Amino acid sequence: MNPREITTQISEAADSLNIRKWDYGASFSNDYSVQVDKGDAKQLKASQKQILTIRVWNKSNLVGITTTSDISESGIKKALNQANIASDFGNKNESTEFSPLAKDPIKVKEFKKRSPVGIKKLLTLLREAEVKLIKSHQSIKSVPYNGISESFFERIYANSDGAFRSFSKSQAALYLYARAEEKNNKPRSSGSVKLGYGVEDIDIESCIREASNKTISHLNYSSIKTDKYLICFSPESFLTIINAFSSMFNARSIIDGVSLSNKNSIGEKLSTEALNIYDDGLHEKNIASSPFDGEGTPTKRLCLINRGIIENFIHSESTARIFKTIPTGHAGLGSKVSVSPDWIVVEKSERNFDLKTSLDHSTYEGEFVYIEELNAIHAGVRASQGSFSLPFDGWLYKNGTKISIESATVAGDIKYLLKNIVNIESNQEVTTSGISPHIWVDELSITGDA
Amino acid sequence: MLSSKIKSNEIVFGSFNKELLEEIIFYGIGLGADFVEIFIENTDNSSVLAEEDFITSVSPSFGRGAGIRIFKDKKDGFVSTNDLTKHGLMRSVSQAIEMLDITNNKKGESFKGLNEHRDYSLSKKNWINEVPSIHEISEKLLVSTKSLKKNNKIITRKGSYSRNLQEVIIASSDGTYVSDIRLHQTVGLNVIASDAQYRSSGSRRFGSSGMPNEFRSWDHEKAANDVFESSMNMLFADYVDAGQMPVVLANKFGGVIFHEACGHLLETTQIERGTTPFEHKLNEKIAHESVTAIDEGISEGSFGSLSVDDEGMEPEKSVLIKDGILKKFISDRAGELRTGHKRTGSGRRQNYSFAAASRMRNTYIAKGDYSKEDLINSISDGLYCKSMGGGSVGATGQFNFAVEEGYLIKNGKLTNPVKGATLIGEAKEVMPKISMCGNDLELAPGFCGSISGSVNVTVGQPHIKVDSITVGGR
Repeated sequence: MNPREITTQISEAADSLNIRKWDYGASFSNDYSVQVDKGDAKQLKASQKQILTIRVWNKSNLVGITTTSDISESGIKKALNQANIASDFGNKNESTEFSPLAKDPIKVKEFKKRSPVGIKKLLTLLREAEVKLIKSHQSIKSVPYNGISESFFERIYANSDGAFRSFSKSQAALYLYARAEEKNNKPRSSGSVKLGYGVEDIDIESCIREASNKTISHLNYSSIKTDKYLICFSPESFLTIINAFSSMFNARSIIDGVSLSNKNSIGEKLSTEALNIYDDGLHEKNIASSPFDGEGTPTKRLCLINRGIIENFIHSESTARIFKTIPTGHAGLGSKVSVSPDWIVVEKSERNFDLKTSLDHSTYEGEFVYIEELNAIHAGVRASQGSFSLPFDGWLYKNGTKISIESATVAGDIKYLLKNIVNIESNQEVTTSGISPHIWVDELSITGDA
Repeated sequence: MLSSKIKSNEIVFGSFNKELLEEIIFYGIGLGADFVEIFIENTDNSSVLAEEDFITSVSPSFGRGAGIRIFKDKKDGFVSTNDLTKHGLMRSVSQAIEMLDITNNKKGESFKGLNEHRDYSLSKKNWINEVPSIHEISEKLLVSTKSLKKNNKIITRKGSYSRNLQEVIIASSDGTYVSDIRLHQTVGLNVIASDAQYRSSGSRRFGSSGMPNEFRSWDHEKAANDVFESSMNMLFADYVDAGQMPVVLANKFGGVIFHEACGHLLETTQIERGTTPFEHKLNEKIAHESVTAIDEGISEGSFGSLSVDDEGMEPEKSVLIKDGILKKFISDRAGELRTGHKRTGSGRRQNYSFAAASRMRNTYIAKGDYSKEDLINSISDGLYCKSMGGGSVGATGQFNFAVEEGYLIKNGKLTNPVKGATLIGEAKEVMPKISMCGNDLELAPGFCGSISGSVNVTVGQPHIKVDSITVGGR
């Protein structure tokens, strides 16, 4: 069934049920993935998936919703019926409408779409990558977590007011996590993830090299003394922190009382004035980009922090109406519409006179802790309180040498962290979740074993 | 020919699908598979959210799909689809066969047809009519959130309910032919408290399986009191000082430490990956002699209980560790095939789009002889972890857990509340340090995310004392 046919079918079913106002979001995907274990195929996986979410408005303009994987004629009618019943319990305190931008033109009409290479090719590539990674160093004994996948999907949004959008694209991913062991030492593990529109876009050699280098670099490890340290966040780890506390820019979280910001926080100084943060879902490097959100609002670049000051929040239709602004293209599609960032871009603003530019992770010779990757975000972040206590992988740089840190956590407060940024390096790096340079922060607490 | 018996061209829940399933399995075996498994699911789920004094979200969902798994030697191919027609299922089998590169000239095992149907759903068919209506749920949630409004420091109040009704059919080429209906209900309360620059939160979640009336008997007033008290106790708490110290972990959800730190390392998927330090430790001491640990799927009504696992095997009670000695691993079909550890009825998956894997069910440390006070009295300077947050375990066995509600222990007494604590360690180093187990074992429901998706589990333990552990803080 093509997107237009589904829309027609839903429209006809809605008419027959006397439902006059509705919208829906649907996705259809075909995914293929493989994992290997020492040269053997371990699990080969394929899935065909379809998900349809329908919202209906009843005569009191209350919204009900249903999600289903059954898009047969009877499935669609059942979904409309259930959504209609659910609308009796619609939120009387906060209304939902169609996005006023659901018919606006979208900037990107077509995405890069690759052809499937097939399971056998995926298996061959992953086998070769595993062999190369194990051969790259004598201490690397296995690659316990590995996988390569390709996905082909289509997304649709349409409503009874005539809005209709759809797009299709492909995406591929490779992850390699190696395990290294040396006699009388604890095993160490690290890895790398690469994304592309298709498998041919993934730099497999670079993934192998990164996984190998990272894993080997942790072989020579030591515990760290519990204390406060000068910290250098890798681009990946800084983006992890920003995403974990993105409720600061999230209008839904603000309305729900779970954000550190409030309705009047626009214009508030949040960080050093050398910091700019954008959300840029359509960035050319964002493999997972989508031209519109769950409500059909076009995706766009939005400045969140300008010279350290909060400039914008991200919105859905209903939060935008409450804040008397326009939706920003960050909505999901639900009974209570969620709001989330797309792709964070961190950069140095032109107001960067106070930065200590001598702090460069590749040249600085003083003592500092380099945080390569933060772990267990779900457990260690209290977004509504602003605090975090997170295990990390990283190194202690001291006297010109670096040593991997064994089992430690970094703890602090996000507002303290943002205000105590002492350098933002010039070079931005692309990661799977956004773009950022290395960021230096003074005086954060590290807990180690020593 | 089995194909001559076909009566239906599509799986129909509640109907007799044997001939169709047999034909599909026969088709896979005929193409050279060693083993064919079909898992078919039909779901009817619902969730309700109350915020402050309003119902803000009611979200029903339903769906159906099939997961088909083919084994050849020790490899497996898994295909999932929403198409439950004969054509769709056959196509999925063909796809799995093709993925595994099986050719017709390499014949696999024979298939002698499905065994007698084991129908665990017979007494459960009316559950969908017995569970509370959306209206009833909404009313009780609103009463609950109202109960949380105990003073003006409470700035956010939430109550949530979710129900998952899953009807499954499992058939495989070893003759397994099973039907079941599973019902899981959870209800939770959350608050955020605020006073000037201070903020705290409190939450509790309750859950049951197979008990359609359980929500009606849920004591929302007691739950609201617990959540409120926790948030008030923590509102002005100082950050904990980091360091090595003895800790007492509370019972119930305190068991998450065993689940994350040790339980996962006893799943055969970890042996397959070579990521557990316990692989060659069977019948060796891996924990303090005071520790006996169990994983089972049979406690009536517990969140991780099941009549039959997702591979058609009835769950067993597995004593994983007895008096500190490792006795058993948690195993599924692939685990048995690849590691030799017998299946334990632990093959579990979130839904049809995941292949089953060895997963925990109700996992807990058995009770000991001490009272909670005995444990606290034995510590002169340490931490009492009354409520644990989430945690995770890394690829080389390091774990970490957030402490949601903690108190300092000074000279055998509980003193000031502290926040921001994280427990950090490695299972093989911490397990020998669990030196005292209390006599107050209790279980708590939770969700565990891993290789086969998110599954319902129970964690549990009595109060336990860990002689020394790294506490992360400020």
